[in-house]
Amino acid sequence: MGNSMKINLKVWRQKNQNTSGSFETYSVEASPDMSFLEMFDVLNEQLIEEGKEPVAFDHDCREGICGMCSMVINGRPHGPKQGVTTCQLHMRSFKDGDTVVVEPWRSNAFPIVKDLSVDRGAFDRIISSGGFVSVNTGSAVDANSILIPKETADTAFEAATCIGCGACVSACKNASAMLFVGAKVTQLSELPQGKVERESRVVAMVNQMDAEGFGACSNTGACAAECPKEIPLSVIANLNREYYKAKLNGK
Amino acid sequence: MSFLFSSSLGRKLVMAVTGVSLIAFLLVHCLINAMVFFNDGGATFNVAAEFMSANWFIRTMEIGLFAGLLLHIAQGLWLVGDNQKKRKSRYQINGGSANSTWYSRSMGLLGTIILIFLVLHLKHFWVVSRFEIPHGITEEHTLFHEMIEIFENPIAVIVYVLGCISLSYHLLHGFSSAFQTLGVNHKSYTPLIKSLGVGFSIVVPLIFAAIPVVMHLGLIK
Amino acid sequence: MKLDSRIPQGELSNKWTEYKSSVPLVNPANKRNINIIVVGTGLAGASAASTLAEMGYKVSAFCFQDSPRRAHSIAAQGGINAAKNYQNDGDSVYRLFYDTIKGGDYRSREGNVHRLAEVSTNIIDQCVAQGVPFAREYGGTLSNRSFGGTQVQRTFYAAGQTGQQLLLGAYSALERQVGLGNVTMYSRHEMIELVKIDGKARGIIARNLVTGELERHFGHAVLLCTGGYGNVFYLSTNAMGSNVTAAWKAHKNGALMANPCFTQIHPTCIPVSGHYQSKLTLMSESLRNDGRIWVPKEKDDNRAPNDIPEEERDYYLERRYPAFGNLVPRDIASRAAKERCDAGYGVGPSKMAVYLDFKYNMKEKYGRAEATKRGISNPDDATLVELGKELIKEKYGNLFDMYKQITDEDPYEVPMRIYPAVHYTMGGLWVDYELQTTVPGLYALGEANFSDHGANRLGASALMQGLADGYFVIPYTIGNYLSKEIHTKPIPTDHEAFVTAENNAKERIKNLMGIQGKRSVESYHRELGKIMWDKCGMARSEKGLKEAIEEIKALREDFYKNVRIPGSADEFNPELDKAGRVADFLELGELMCHDALNRNESCGGHFREEYQTEEGEAMRNDNDYTCVFAWENKGENNWEVHREELNYENIKIQQRSYK
Repeated sequence: MGNSMKINLKVWRQKNQNTSGSFETYSVEASPDMSFLEMFDVLNEQLIEEGKEPVAFDHDCREGICGMCSMVINGRPHGPKQGVTTCQLHMRSFKDGDTVVVEPWRSNAFPIVKDLSVDRGAFDRIISSGGFVSVNTGSAVDANSILIPKETADTAFEAATCIGCGACVSACKNASAMLFVGAKVTQLSELPQGKVERESRVVAMVNQMDAEGFGACSNTGACAAECPKEIPLSVIANLNREYYKAKLNGK
Repeated sequence: MSFLFSSSLGRKLVMAVTGVSLIAFLLVHCLINAMVFFNDGGATFNVAAEFMSANWFIRTMEIGLFAGLLLHIAQGLWLVGDNQKKRKSRYQINGGSANSTWYSRSMGLLGTIILIFLVLHLKHFWVVSRFEIPHGITEEHTLFHEMIEIFENPIAVIVYVLGCISLSYHLLHGFSSAFQTLGVNHKSYTPLIKSLGVGFSIVVPLIFAAIPVVMHLGLIK
Repeated sequence: MKLDSRIPQGELSNKWTEYKSSVPLVNPANKRNINIIVVGTGLAGASAASTLAEMGYKVSAFCFQDSPRRAHSIAAQGGINAAKNYQNDGDSVYRLFYDTIKGGDYRSREGNVHRLAEVSTNIIDQCVAQGVPFAREYGGTLSNRSFGGTQVQRTFYAAGQTGQQLLLGAYSALERQVGLGNVTMYSRHEMIELVKIDGKARGIIARNLVTGELERHFGHAVLLCTGGYGNVFYLSTNAMGSNVTAAWKAHKNGALMANPCFTQIHPTCIPVSGHYQSKLTLMSESLRNDGRIWVPKEKDDNRAPNDIPEEERDYYLERRYPAFGNLVPRDIASRAAKERCDAGYGVGPSKMAVYLDFKYNMKEKYGRAEATKRGISNPDDATLVELGKELIKEKYGNLFDMYKQITDEDPYEVPMRIYPAVHYTMGGLWVDYELQTTVPGLYALGEANFSDHGANRLGASALMQGLADGYFVIPYTIGNYLSKEIHTKPIPTDHEAFVTAENNAKERIKNLMGIQGKRSVESYHRELGKIMWDKCGMARSEKGLKEAIEEIKALREDFYKNVRIPGSADEFNPELDKAGRVADFLELGELMCHDALNRNESCGGHFREEYQTEEGEAMRNDNDYTCVFAWENKGENNWEVHREELNYENIKIQQRSYK
């Protein structure tokens, strides 16, 4: 167990979507072995004790897989460490006396619900526009009758590890969702099961993405650099290629 | 084809295709300009320049090039403007430097600087070489002479060098970005394209920038 | 009340087939006029909602998370079982059935479990068809691994993220139906009341967690796919939001809770590091394929693990259970770890941990194999470790990274420190063969029901059960009920029953908000968790349980006097959401203690200190307790217990032995 450390927090507070927000400063005693969210738990208990409103933030599994936690910490989604979500970021990544600025994901497509919590329904709508294989329950053939080269399965898996947290959008200067869309398109276009619908899928998903108000891609690579699951930028190249092919074929 | 101007991916495709053709143009332009380094009083250079302005095929291509350039500019500015609107509430702290290069995030700015430079540059050389105007290019006063004359002015030299620096950074991101947008993604070719892009982005603007400098210093006459 | 499990007559292996061929159907035109409410969008909920929508029903799905993709099924790591016998190691439906019954310590229903084993193979087919990227061999076929309590390789996996991949598959299927307009999705909604009309489940009251509004939703049937209640222990591997609320409201409205004390304590979790700890993180059971568990032979040995020589290590699982070694079922591995730590052999700063060590297999198993493959003769130790490390990384890389992230120790270099933690609840709403609770029209699927895992669940079986219930069981069994409901027109939600239910909920929220005491909700939850863990956890005794019941009662009383919920009820207020859930846990905890007290035997995850052999093994009492205890709520924390006998016609009940 490590020593206690004092953290000065500057946290974005916003009552709801219709009000404007501002920063509040707090001071918290933390331990280096705490996760960043546990530090927020301590802050919230402190606030409740003082009769103030605790900070609303999204979190659930706290093991880096549900994709719910979403804090921009000192200007970086999920904080300074590479390849981790906010819930897996530990206070040992900070120093005693540090001032830490915490903001929500900011993007028109992700309206703020309250404080650090945002609405990522746009991602669900993108998936529902085409991010699936149209196969009804009961109509599947034996699993081993579809042979898939290990390398293909691995590439598809790598793309499929996306947790839909939205860090890519929040990191991108254009608030673009192409890493998210690219990951799903890559997963399904790599696999034989997904090839049947690859053209209609990519066009539908890109249309939905545009309609939701995400920006275009400038290939700065910020999304991939900040992705907690380290989804590679190549999925965007795949997305582009799939889209142009579909368009060439008149989809 | 409307997707080229309506969908985010279509619009990026326009940027990439026009970008790649501009890169090709830059290569040709650079090769011809480099002929001044023969230091033969512009003889070789003038032959090449003459060929470029007289050949009907080149002239036709030139129209396409201009169309592409205008498209690149218009679409680019439009995209930058649109993209900026996607995040109405800005971050207090921007951690961009931790996840991307400054020039990749500043393509609009770099492009605008290049555009301003370009207006000047076209006025200096293209207008005089393509149209018959007073004090234009003649057999006695070749394009080479015009260059020597213009680069006597140190301010012009500085403007050209700055233009080339902007171009260099614009290319440093734009070159590989164009291929990424075009969907080129390959285990061994992609790194190759990236290295090629870096080389191109440094060498070509360096050659361009060297000309006004050496001319100003009188190393080439 | 007579509990009728409604298991079809006939030969065990034909029951399901015959049931399916004879169950009444609902014709497509009628399906379009039938509404089904699905609460929860984990594996069971998402698969049920999508499949029912594909069949033509109108589905409304609810989840408290911001997206259905975030349900906690996503965190399942190791894999999913299926009796495919792809490895040609003698697996079969019967063997999976047998292993599951035995693993559950003979406290589950033969009929249900056999059906589960039967449909297990369809699940893999379905998931592959959806594009779930399972791990594969170089030849392109699916890869398998072993899990605890079995001697075959039947576990399908996608690195250490199998739950994620399966859930995303089901989620895509669900979103597809959302896109087609067959499912209406309500995220950030919590069910807080069940609506019953004429004894049948007819809808729910849901709270919109963003606005605080209470909404009335009608359904011809209601499916609860709301997961388990492990969070009653405060610290568990469950997600922060995992709760019992929906199931508990059903329970208070007539649905029986079965075997609530059957809790799975998972042996391999990262130990608690401080008082601020908010949850525990699992290290997948699959790690026990290649990790060896040990403690020092000396008490209070403070040397670093790598400094303790081989002969001074006690590989206690291999010592006690030579046949299964490190792959004994979870309940046994957990208790063995507790036994060692209680006896003073624990390691780490808290002394409440044991080592899970990969060095041996890294070097001897993988290192040697790789060296042979690469033609390296006489490799030295360092080379072997280096070679083995690569393979270990490929298999468990994400788990090792997660461990390092949390503990700041590199498990490739030093052994992991692990300790048991609450992981899964085998108990849940009592359901019959059709997954229907004691309330007609109310169904419970997945972890929310009690039916398939007896007193202990085998690894990689939770994913199997969730998807079996959702994809392949409920779509058939619900027809039996709905075929009789085709004449029921949608009931307008201004019906008196809806109004009353909403008023009850409103009143409850008003009460909670009105207390305005001094203590945070979290502090109550933490205190409840400690009582549960100490007295209704890995080991239980009559004395402890009786104390626990009194302590919980007192804590509950204090909660309603002293809890402080900031903010208001008509806005996004996570503290209020939490308060409602903790209030339900405070009632459930008591019931769990009653159940544990009532079952005077040790079986599976339920270990009563009074009932153990001299060697400290669990001592079952098959004469008196080969049964399910189902508790009926009689209001004001009063319960009446009912008994369902378990009849073993195909399996001979034996002392469970993994020695």
